Amino acid sequence: MAKMAKIIIDGKTYEVDSSKNLLETILSLKLNLQYFCWHPAMGSVGACRQCAVKKYRDENDKAGKLFMACMEPVVDGMRVSIEDPEAKEFRAGVIEWLMTNHPHDCPVCDEGGECHLQDMTLMSGHNYRRFRYKKRTYRNQYLGPFLHHEMNRCIQCYRCVRFYRDYAGGDDLNVFGVHSSVYFGRHEDGVLENEFAGNLVEVCPTGVFTDNTLFQHYTRKWDLTSAPSVCVHCGVGCNTLAGERYGKLRRILTRYNGQVNGYFLCDRGRFGYEFVNSEKRIRKPMLRLSGENRLSEADEETAITEISAIIKSSRKVMGIGSPRASLEANFTLRSLVSERNFYWGVPEQEFSLLTKEMNILRQGSIRTPSLREIEKCDVVVILGEDLTNTAPMIALAVRQSVRQVPVQSATPYKIPHWQDAAVRELVQDEKGPVFVATPYATKLDSVARTFRGSADEIARLGYAIAGAISSDAPKADNLNEEVCVLSESISKALNKAERPLIIAGQSLKSEAIVNAAANIAYAMRKAGKNVELCYTVPECNSMGMVMMGGKALDQAFHAVEKEAMDTLIIMENDLFRRDEKQAVDRFLKRFKNIIVLDYIENATTERATAIIPVGSFAESDGTFVNNEGRAQRFYQVFVPNKEIKESWRWVRNIMVTSGMKEFSRWKNLLDYTQALIKEMPYFTGIDTITPPPGFRIAGRKIPREPYRYSGRTAMHADKTVHEPKPPEDVDSPMSFTMEGYRGQPPSSLIPFFWSPGWNSAQAINKYQIEVGGPLHGGDPGKRLIEPLPNAKPSYFTDVPKAFAPREGEWMLVPVYHIFGSDELSVHSPGVRELVPKPYIMLSPDDAARLQVTSDSELELGIGGQVERLPVKINLGLRPGLAGYPVTLPGMSVVRFPVSVKISGVKK
Amino acid sequence: MDFKFTEENLSRIESVRKKYPDSKAALMPVLYIAQEQNGYITREVMDEVALVLGIKAVDVLGVATFYTMYHTSPVGKYHLQVCTNVSCMLKGGYEMLEETVKKLGIGVNEVTPDGKFSIEEVECMGSCGTAPMMAVNNDYFENLTKEKLNEILDSLK
Ligand code: SF4
Ligand code: SF4
Ligand code: FES
Repeated sequence: MAKMAKIIIDGKTYEVDSSKNLLETILSLKLNLQYFCWHPAMGSVGACRQCAVKKYRDENDKAGKLFMACMEPVVDGMRVSIEDPEAKEFRAGVIEWLMTNHPHDCPVCDEGGECHLQDMTLMSGHNYRRFRYKKRTYRNQYLGPFLHHEMNRCIQCYRCVRFYRDYAGGDDLNVFGVHSSVYFGRHEDGVLENEFAGNLVEVCPTGVFTDNTLFQHYTRKWDLTSAPSVCVHCGVGCNTLAGERYGKLRRILTRYNGQVNGYFLCDRGRFGYEFVNSEKRIRKPMLRLSGENRLSEADEETAITEISAIIKSSRKVMGIGSPRASLEANFTLRSLVSERNFYWGVPEQEFSLLTKEMNILRQGSIRTPSLREIEKCDVVVILGEDLTNTAPMIALAVRQSVRQVPVQSATPYKIPHWQDAAVRELVQDEKGPVFVATPYATKLDSVARTFRGSADEIARLGYAIAGAISSDAPKADNLNEEVCVLSESISKALNKAERPLIIAGQSLKSEAIVNAAANIAYAMRKAGKNVELCYTVPECNSMGMVMMGGKALDQAFHAVEKEAMDTLIIMENDLFRRDEKQAVDRFLKRFKNIIVLDYIENATTERATAIIPVGSFAESDGTFVNNEGRAQRFYQVFVPNKEIKESWRWVRNIMVTSGMKEFSRWKNLLDYTQALIKEMPYFTGIDTITPPPGFRIAGRKIPREPYRYSGRTAMHADKTVHEPKPPEDVDSPMSFTMEGYRGQPPSSLIPFFWSPGWNSAQAINKYQIEVGGPLHGGDPGKRLIEPLPNAKPSYFTDVPKAFAPREGEWMLVPVYHIFGSDELSVHSPGVRELVPKPYIMLSPDDAARLQVTSDSELELGIGGQVERLPVKINLGLRPGLAGYPVTLPGMSVVRFPVSVKISGVKK
Repeated sequence: MDFKFTEENLSRIESVRKKYPDSKAALMPVLYIAQEQNGYITREVMDEVALVLGIKAVDVLGVATFYTMYHTSPVGKYHLQVCTNVSCMLKGGYEMLEETVKKLGIGVNEVTPDGKFSIEEVECMGSCGTAPMMAVNNDYFENLTKEKLNEILDSLK
């Protein structure tokens, strides 16, 4: 329980938490006070002098003194005034001189209308500028496809460098110069290297760093129609706000969730959205009319009738679901084809590894932390995951956990932990124990002790750690000295930890790694220690998929070999990304009809005999389950052309038309969700993570548009002079208009953050119970996986053998790319620019042996095929291993584990 | 223009580096060595410093542009730093500065066409007791008067 203190602010007494600083406390009380340099996730540095308040010694002190609220600890009996005239004048003065060189160009500034500087200026009362001299001006830099740079607008709060360098671990952005001409940028033009750089859009309080993807199709922020959404670009499930205007998705912002992503997103999640606007979008149903070879456009009714007829006349219909589709979508397809004929479109290997992860978390009495809780862990062991590229926000969380141990050294000096500058000065470069075991060098290495090896060697290290912790855990034999020493020191660190965490996943396609991670946790448990276990998953609903359970793609392949089926329905899944081309080809050839529901053209839609245009995340409602087992609801942002509907709605309409009349009672999403729960009680409760569609506050819906929304009577005037009726939303209590309840909606229904006087993302303060804490009403989402407290886990025993390189053969290891490995985000022009070209990764020794240097071409023999790829040399890779970027555009799909022959290309 | 440290300076850098726990900490003395060799610090010089120390160019740029004692544009063979901070100001620091400007025919932060002199107005140099003062490169000239100033300037070849 936090220590409480009574403080008096402007004559009123409040009871507050004494571990916070005064600024946080004031904001938590929902009082208004200006600030710039303080950020809830980054603490105080007292740099901008904006948050001045009067502090009085005692009740007799009438004069008081000015103090910076962000630098003042809360003390019992404290008396302060925000409203004191001198304090107010000081704050207005500070803002005036912070802005002496500011161009006052709000009308042409991308930040305008959502600008913390505008808000603070207004709040301070400063309105006339007295500075009459020439302003200093800067040349802006090219910083890559994501961020726009406009240095003249800088007010020198230093938030950008603090976020970029201190929080996110970037090292190519810095501050230059001195006095009135400080400059925040790179040492020369170039793409910002950090994967979290996009957060500067929200971190910078002015328009210096703005979203360049929004700039490409700019619209004023108050003109956006927005809805709460969930990121679809990996399995972490960060919460987002997605905004649309004129039928185009315009941008993604962070949707604060105190349990998941907090204030931030990764750049894949923030800038990957543009696939929704892609030219490759499927917008109309396409059918193959009888006697024709090509597909041609059809209207909705024809499509439903035709497809229903196909289904009715088919003897057997097989359905293929997808981990990038919602629970409801998959469930509806499963209802159409029956459980027996429903398969997940992912390879057996992935499916069973993910199932295993889920089972371990469910039964093992080991808790899995939320993303925010990872930040609080003090010792982290990462087995086989290149987190920055497979689960980016987990990597950012680990960067915070690195600070947990060193920050404790501030306590004896009585330095509160929010005193960021002081604590960093004290801590210097000291880092808490983090261990990264991966085949190749990764970005997190800079904060970790590393181990390099094949998947098996990493698993052996895991087993060795477990063995060192508890003597009854199965041990790996023939360990070399490196592993012995390392596993000793890791086990020592784990034993000392207060809140240790093991992170693993299926990225290296190794069951042994998943098992070894569990064994470490089990060993800790046996030794009576506290421990948590986090598994990454590849896609936004991978965890939902294995919770639903069922059969994988390999079984579908087998099924058609055994028995003839005539119709295949594939939903939101490009099978050619899932397995080797020949295997998928052979499979598809077995069907007469291939009906594909998807939103973007891909190799699978090319093979379809009928295509149904379904909504992407921005045009659908549904539920995803993230790696933590948290069920989260995402909402439709806008209604595109009427043929684009949620997969589940299309499938249900087809079912009803083809005679399965009982499904006509599924009317809105809630009906689907409840039907799902009935059949799979494991999902109990996901229907109540958000209010039902009939929910109203004071009889009103929650508006997706802010009340500042403009142009609605004119925006369609080129088509009709009548204002079109806004679309109805039967699936949620939200409207597609600006009318409705103006106060704060329930936490799962927040379409934008706004509060009177607070137009920027900083309005989040007003939505939280206390600054940085949960949203009012609790953070949205429901954890579906809680361990069984009395479970007696038993150790896994599949200790792999040591890896012995074979002459002339290389073992391939999968390599991941934040920009490139994800199916959807590569359709966004910005992300596309950063996707690497196909390549093969070799160790320096092997490159020397093959007499190749970076970028020279190699020939790769995989299962009878020969591929030519340029080389990239990775200093961490062990000889005998070769890195193969998976699902990167232009690379083939291979089944791991696989060994290949590599040779230089003869000139 | 290509900048490379001389062999001698490289070994000086090596010994400077040993004094500190990491290379980043050695940045300031190494920048001085670079300035001594090159007269002023260009982007090429910064890149070379980054390379030699194994640190990021962005960090070198940050430090080099923060401290006014590092020159990022050419200065004269004799770089005159005239103090006009409080003590010097009271004892005639501004007159000294004006006299220098008049005598050399250039403004503050400018270099004579022959490259011999440059003038900089500086804040306290820690010589208040002997104000007014001026530094010529690394040497201090104190208790200045106009005559003394002219004498000094005349003596510099
Ligand atoms: S660029 Fe933005 S975040 Fe950085 S110092 Fe300037 S105003 Fe602050
Ligand atoms: S970490 Fe994953 S879920 Fe979160 S923003 Fe990035 S891609 Fe999206
Ligand atoms: S917010 Fe307190 S000094 Fe900047």
